[in-house]
Amino acid sequence: MPISISPMMMRQIIMDHYEHPHNKRTPNDDRYLKINMNSASCIDNIDVFLLVENGIVKDCCFDGVGCTISTASTSIMTDLVVGKTLEEAKNIIENYKKMIAEDEFDENLLDEAIVFINTSKQASRIKCATIGWNGLEELINESEGEKHEQK
Amino acid sequence: MINYRQFLVDFPMLNKTMQNHRLVYLDNAATSFKPTIVLDAIRDYYENYCANTHRGDYDIAHFADVNYDKARQTVADFINADKSEVVFTAGTSMSINMIAYGYGMKFLKPGDEILLTEAEHASNVLPWFTVAKETGCTIRYIPLTKEGRLTPENVEKAMNEKTKIVAIAQVTNVLGYVVDIKTISKIVHKYGALIMVDGAQSVPHIKVDVKDLDCDFLSFSGHKMCGPTGIGVMYGKYELLKVMEPLMSGGGMNARFNTCGEVTLLLPPAKFEAGTQNIEGAIGLAAAIKYLDKIGMDNIEKYEKGLRDYAISKLKELDNVILYNETAESGIITFNIKDVFAQDAATYLNSRGVCVRSGQHCAKILMDFLGTVATVRASLYFYNTKEDIDVFVDACKKAGDFLDAYFN
Repeated sequence: MPISISPMMMRQIIMDHYEHPHNKRTPNDDRYLKINMNSASCIDNIDVFLLVENGIVKDCCFDGVGCTISTASTSIMTDLVVGKTLEEAKNIIENYKKMIAEDEFDENLLDEAIVFINTSKQASRIKCATIGWNGLEELINESEGEKHEQK
Repeated sequence: MINYRQFLVDFPMLNKTMQNHRLVYLDNAATSFKPTIVLDAIRDYYENYCANTHRGDYDIAHFADVNYDKARQTVADFINADKSEVVFTAGTSMSINMIAYGYGMKFLKPGDEILLTEAEHASNVLPWFTVAKETGCTIRYIPLTKEGRLTPENVEKAMNEKTKIVAIAQVTNVLGYVVDIKTISKIVHKYGALIMVDGAQSVPHIKVDVKDLDCDFLSFSGHKMCGPTGIGVMYGKYELLKVMEPLMSGGGMNARFNTCGEVTLLLPPAKFEAGTQNIEGAIGLAAAIKYLDKIGMDNIEKYEKGLRDYAISKLKELDNVILYNETAESGIITFNIKDVFAQDAATYLNSRGVCVRSGQHCAKILMDFLGTVATVRASLYFYNTKEDIDVFVDACKKAGDFLDAYFN
């Protein structure tokens, strides 16, 4: 997705993912890793779930209460990482966080997530735009830690 | 009297901008701005008589003692208490904890009851949960009216001979109704129970007279009434302070002790003030109280009521605003923008320079009274103006386009 997409399209993407979030469900399967991301300073309270098989993100979903930005950014994230290797997923997260921090990043990796490029202008929104991503990052670390222990 | 031009001089924060707009601060229920006179008083302590209290062998220490003592007298006069009944704490939460642990934990027994309401702030619920868990007493909730109000009639219905403590806010932080504490005190005392009043949202805004209310305990914070953070007050009737346990022990609260563990405590309020106290905080709070007194609490109450009425009438003209406490008497306005999540509305207002707070409320209240998971709260103080309200209302009007804040 080119960085030149119009603000109107960006809005539409955010609202679509807020009103009809992708992968918003609680899996009934204890193979999933789960993390609760509960922000003390805002209302967001979401669970992120990750299922890894053979080093691949087999499934990633989330559930809970969140604002437009946290819901849409997490929804887009789940779309981006499913089917990717853990390394690829980590690279996507890293580039997303670079974008949020206004650093150099590879926009080709982020697809729809590019709509959050303006987040830094509203400092109070950085937490909303990263809450799900931070959760997934921790789950990936946890998943890799487990693999390490099994060796 | 209310003189906005003077406030602009007195409060540096009233001259700030946020997101390239004039700052409009409507989160006074969270904390208030500080007039320079409060900062000056704190600075004066550190620059001219910086010494610990209770160490009065030299002049500046004596002067620190005198000023700390004067601060206590200022607080006592403000709420019409005796100086010996005013204990300095870190804030409302600490005051309530001190009462719960110091009195509740010591005197409550299995079978006793504590009455709360479902509109209480967490700091007036959680300490009592601990008391109930440790002592085996029971917590019950006084029913609220459909509107969310606490009425003397419902208190009367909830009382029985097992009720020992009634802990309620004079003004609740979400719904903002002013509770008739005076009438409720009479009912509570008729049953031989005690009443603890959470004054965090009332003392800064209305005249509170502990003798007139006849409450047994009153807790409030300095920072919501133009004072610094980290200072608050626990008022208690002297006889109660005498029998309850201090939460903390250490220097400055005991008269003497020996290694066998025999300790003789000082009398209240010193008994509750272990360790070096927040001296700058007490001095800053006293300066804030003098500032409020100069304006006049009656003037503040009247002005805020007028400003609230103005805000409500303007908000009611909008068809995208849902009001949850239209008839409340305090400056707390709880609302939502139709089809906009509370936090999205609040961050949109931020982009217009307006500070409000979005929040989630405990399940029961939201189901019974609010019918939503989250609301936005605007809360007024005497230094807010109709212009502030106009900016706020205009921002609410356009808050449906909250993603503007993201792209402009």
